Amino acid sequence: MTSASVRFVPYCAPAVSGRIQGAVITFDAVTKRFADGTVAVDDLSLEIAEGEVVVFVGPSGCGKTTTLRMINRMVEPTSGRIVVDGRDAAATNPAELRRRIGYVIQQIGLFPHRTVAANIATVPTLLGWDERRKAERVEELLALVGLPAGTAGRYPHELSGGQRQRVGVARALAADPPIMLMDEPFGAVDPIVRARLQEEFLRLQATVRKTIAFVTHDIDEALRMGDRIAIFSEAGVLEQYDAPRDLLNDPANAFVEEFLGEERGLKRLGLIAVSEVAAEPGPVVSPGDSARRAVEVARAHGTDWVVVVGGERTLEGWVSLHELDDDAQRVGDGLVRPFALQVDANDSLRAALNAMVTSRTGVAVRVSGGGVYEGILTQELISKEIR
Amino acid sequence: MSLPAALPTVAQAGEALIRWDWIARNTGRIQGLVVEHVELTVVPVLAGLAIAFPLSLAAVRWPGFYAPLLSVTGLLFTLPSLALFVLLLPFTGISRTTAVLPLTAYTLLVLTRNIVEGFRGVSSDVREAAAAMGYTRLRQLLTVELPLALPVIVAGLRIATVTTIGLVTVTAVIGQGGLGRLFLDGVRLRFATPLLVGVAGCVALAVVADLGLLAVERRCTPWRRAGA
Repeated sequence: MTSASVRFVPYCAPAVSGRIQGAVITFDAVTKRFADGTVAVDDLSLEIAEGEVVVFVGPSGCGKTTTLRMINRMVEPTSGRIVVDGRDAAATNPAELRRRIGYVIQQIGLFPHRTVAANIATVPTLLGWDERRKAERVEELLALVGLPAGTAGRYPHELSGGQRQRVGVARALAADPPIMLMDEPFGAVDPIVRARLQEEFLRLQATVRKTIAFVTHDIDEALRMGDRIAIFSEAGVLEQYDAPRDLLNDPANAFVEEFLGEERGLKRLGLIAVSEVAAEPGPVVSPGDSARRAVEVARAHGTDWVVVVGGERTLEGWVSLHELDDDAQRVGDGLVRPFALQVDANDSLRAALNAMVTSRTGVAVRVSGGGVYEGILTQELISKEIR
Repeated sequence: MSLPAALPTVAQAGEALIRWDWIARNTGRIQGLVVEHVELTVVPVLAGLAIAFPLSLAAVRWPGFYAPLLSVTGLLFTLPSLALFVLLLPFTGISRTTAVLPLTAYTLLVLTRNIVEGFRGVSSDVREAAAAMGYTRLRQLLTVELPLALPVIVAGLRIATVTTIGLVTVTAVIGQGGLGRLFLDGVRLRFATPLLVGVAGCVALAVVADLGLLAVERRCTPWRRAGA
């Protein structure tokens, strides 16, 4: 894979689905037993598809990090076979193998004696790129991970934790490896920065489409980041390997169920986009309609309120029937209240549920980016999804 | 041990502490002794470094080797210098080798300890990241671990150098000694000026060497000062 084959867009640009760059990783009956007899990974067979984010999750001592580190031969399996991008890892020179696999760890491990630019250009330097190509790549990557170009000449200790983590990601991406290994990459930063880095990671991945193996002990992070999740129990037993929704819908056993934690239904709603369910048209009136008409519309929908939608279907708010006591009144004359929370197509059903419980109407109103009314989501609709 | 003709042959009591005319008449000899002193310092320190470096790397690689290595270099360090020089005389005679061998041996403890601690001080995260990026072992050692270990190694080098500058004077008893020979002159002639010149010269050499090495270290570690 050459860097020319990859199209990078700046980090801040809207997500564009990039071409899949990744490579397949296959574990075939892999066991790792340490010298003291501890079994870290027990007869693991699993395939990671190209361009897929697979999260290894489980309690400490479940072998998730060991599993990750066997991919780039930082740990050698006791038995079994690992095939990386069509080649048996054990038969590939470790240094050569690792230059084609990006690696990000919680402690980052930036080289304190090298500038940010030199840190990012680590693997290109090992691969013997010329200075100009390296400089261009560094510039490109700084933009990609959202760091100002001026950072290039700084040393790691001059950066904040979040910035260092971005440099770590840029360094791992530098030679455009088809595979990235990430071991609790966002574990050392505070929750606010972590949430932002997670979001940026997902946006970045939508562009670069690497094959990513990601280790975390945080099930919520796993559900958020993973296309598929491998849940390990102690002593390296793979309990379930499934897409997040399938895990939540159908946990394989009590261990998985317990590990997924409380509020599985809510977690599932967090994974379903508003766009995936059909919104109802709702009791809609226009500001010019009469109060009588509003009452009729509300009755037809079994509500005591109506949604007021103006010209070009712009959402204006809602009106309670109690405030429309005079039949001669027009809807627009009454007190039109704004919806405190609105959701759009990209929000999750969990956000919609939150909008429902905080609104006096008991529904979530869906609008487009431009404030155009798209319909309402009701609790019946949501409970249908949970069941 | 022969005394150059230029030296006054009679001790003179009640003289001024420093006789500048003596210094003026002996400038050439003093310069020669400074050069000798520098050589007797640089050769053992470099030789010590050449020996300590591979041994230290071995001790980093195989931690079990570190304790015996420290015992041996520590034992060498405790040998009384005068005795060691005299003991070597039958084998190497009145030669520079007789001076250089023990001086080299004395540097080993400090150098070994600092090289090992320097490499051990490199954070395991950095080592792990380097390995995972695809460094070969040797390249990682030279371009990642060595620069990071350098401050501690240079600190050891400074101690070894300054210690050696002092120890060199003892080798005057076997006809070497650099500026140390001036001590003997002074004692023999009961004349303070050569003694004082010798002491001042040693101190000056030590200070210059120390500052020089500090400057080298600062040049080699620009990251330690950035944005501080």
